[in-house]
Amino acid sequence: MTKGQAPTPYSGSREDIVTGQESKQEPQQTPSTPRQVKFYQTGSFAVGGRLLDAPERTVQSGIKRTNSLTLGHRACQGCGEALGARYALDAAMRATENKIVAANATGCLEVFTTPYPETSWQIPWIHSVFGNAAAVGSGIAAALRAKGRDDIRVVAQAGDGGTVDIGIGCLSGMFERNDDVLFICYDNEAYMNTGVQRSGSTPPAARTATTEAIGRQPGNQWGQGKKMPLIAMAHEIPYVATATVAELHDLEYKIEKAMSFRGARYVHILVPCPLGWGSEPANTIKIARLAKETGIFPVFEAEYGEVTGVSKIRSKVPVEEYLLLQKRYAHLFRPSRQDEVINKIQEEADRNVRRFGLLGEDGMVQPSDTDKGISAHLGGKVG
Amino acid sequence: MLEQLEGSKAVARAVAMCRPEVICAYPISPQTHIVEALGAMVKDTTLEHCEFINVESEFGAMSVLIGASATGARSYTATSSQGLLFMTEAVYNAAGLGLPMVMTLANRAIGAPINIWNDYSDAMAVRDSGWIQLFAESNQAAVDLHIQAFHLSEEISLPVMVCMDGYVLTHAIEPLDVPDQELVDKYLPPFIPRQLLDPEDPVSIGAMVGPDAFTEVRYLAHAKQLKALQKIPEISTEFERLSGRKSGGLVRTYRAEEADTIVIGMGSVVGAIEDAVDDLRDSGISIGAISITTFRPFPLDALREAVGNPKRVVIVDRAFSVGMGSILATDVALALAHNDIRLYTVVAGLGGRAVTGISLKQCLSKAVKDDLEKLTFLDLDVDVVERELTRMEQSKRSGPSAENILRDLGTTTPETEGQL
Repeated sequence: MTKGQAPTPYSGSREDIVTGQESKQEPQQTPSTPRQVKFYQTGSFAVGGRLLDAPERTVQSGIKRTNSLTLGHRACQGCGEALGARYALDAAMRATENKIVAANATGCLEVFTTPYPETSWQIPWIHSVFGNAAAVGSGIAAALRAKGRDDIRVVAQAGDGGTVDIGIGCLSGMFERNDDVLFICYDNEAYMNTGVQRSGSTPPAARTATTEAIGRQPGNQWGQGKKMPLIAMAHEIPYVATATVAELHDLEYKIEKAMSFRGARYVHILVPCPLGWGSEPANTIKIARLAKETGIFPVFEAEYGEVTGVSKIRSKVPVEEYLLLQKRYAHLFRPSRQDEVINKIQEEADRNVRRFGLLGEDGMVQPSDTDKGISAHLGGKVG
Repeated sequence: MLEQLEGSKAVARAVAMCRPEVICAYPISPQTHIVEALGAMVKDTTLEHCEFINVESEFGAMSVLIGASATGARSYTATSSQGLLFMTEAVYNAAGLGLPMVMTLANRAIGAPINIWNDYSDAMAVRDSGWIQLFAESNQAAVDLHIQAFHLSEEISLPVMVCMDGYVLTHAIEPLDVPDQELVDKYLPPFIPRQLLDPEDPVSIGAMVGPDAFTEVRYLAHAKQLKALQKIPEISTEFERLSGRKSGGLVRTYRAEEADTIVIGMGSVVGAIEDAVDDLRDSGISIGAISITTFRPFPLDALREAVGNPKRVVIVDRAFSVGMGSILATDVALALAHNDIRLYTVVAGLGGRAVTGISLKQCLSKAVKDDLEKLTFLDLDVDVVERELTRMEQSKRSGPSAENILRDLGTTTPETEGQL
């Protein structure tokens, strides 16, 4: 959490407030001051649930996890969307005492969780068509309002195509009316379900089936695309947040926080897609983390159109590390290195860093009060 | 009790009596007066426990209704023409999911050329969507059909579209009887949804069905519509018992028994047809009329029975399938396939052109002598079309045809000499 962030009624846990950085200077060991801790997964910043107090553990680590999206589905190995959806919806269930209804756009998430007679959904779930998840959500919310059921809450969800392209009309309408719906976009930056075609969320230079890595300017064009979280913020809705599947505590925190508001809310989750991105399934989390640590994907939250918090980059890495893990960018390195393009991507990432203030003064996380608290708690157990 | 009311206002009152819980509105003429009136009723709390939502498009409107109906709310919207086309994907989806809801279609032509006046090209464009389509001959019929539509929709779990002619009915003011709340409450049972988005009992609605069962699921939709063929007369009879007024049903005959010529129509044009029938009967011609109230499901048997065994049937259609001819006539021909009856089709009233008694009578007078073309476009100015065809032959770049035709007709300012 950034310094000076407005306090919110929510006090959930976040993964990224725990720092695993090895400090160059060992803090003083006194009973009242916390000391830096090292975790066994150095560099990953992940922390096992058993190291945290029960309320701060992930929903997933508890025996009461609801498995909104349960086993048996047909997602690819390493699917970021499947992971993101389960965490997001389970968190939404925890926040609402399991009273949620979900509207789903057409896409991977819809397809791999069904077809009839099988379904992985353990929540009431409806799929209508590709472009209308937000409006179907509005309809569910309206029906619940008419019936006086304010205990049941509504989530609408879609991939990036169903959000930023074909679904943007209904989504903008839902935002503008401030309907009581949480819309979750699982952004894998192209139309993966139909075979990896470009969407309005595909980044520049990325290879897709309709922006092939051929010709004089291989990959997706520069100067196109849209930033949906900012478009959502422009509607001045109560809550907008971005998250990745690398920081699941943060994701859960944001979903639960979103559920603490009434009205239109938007959470945009970056979900790497091994199939479409040409990445190793085992690298899904790593790539998601690098998206944030490079500055390519700014992780932040906003209330009523104003940014209220950013997840700082812990140790900034060059975009190359992110790009090299994905075949959709292979043409930037083979047969010859395209420094000009790589530099342009770096400039975009650096622009995000400046724009959202993703670095602390010294490029490191500024420990907040919460950080200290958790560090103090963990101090006795580790190191 | 009869009151002097605009068709739209009366329909709005009838819909409100049905106690809808979610209403969507997106403006398109000529349906606007209906949702405006409903919006006012929600706002001044005449209509309680109802959410009135101004959406961003017709596609949004139908999608909101899909969510609302699946959550167990009695749902309503109205649209016309382009609006219906814009929501078409969701229109099919609502029917495919088997979600009850009622939509008024204030019938209006589809562009291009853009035209706000009445014909049935909008209703015909979605005739295969799986919605039940009822056509109102009059504003009184429109009022009654809306109340029956909610009953029917919820009974068989399919969406119902009540078609009423744009402007001709929606904007006409005439003495109407809107049933009182007590009657409607007695008539309309509470909505018990067949499928419900309920956290207490979670279901997945709208998942994929492959070749293994798609035929069966689609046939089920057909079977439900066939069931509606039985339900519609029952629902109409029940309404008559309570209101004392005959309305709804599958088809209605007018002086049709033993007639040599039967004229078939839908919607408000039936009034003009019946006037023509009266006049021709007065001059000793054996002629009658049939009004089709239920267009989907198409009442093949009921129509065959109503038609009987005349020498000829004339179908008056306010829409047509370009490159084919009348859509209604194709369906009627199927109903009468085993009978040796000569069929004539008259396409009339496109884009709001008045179907005048004189033209209709001239046309029917020819038909009774078997002196009518198989397909006639009523009052078509053939010369003006020929002249545009000539222009198109003369120049590769003849320009927008609609403009040329109007210029030719002299409805636009003639060009100043030498300007071209």
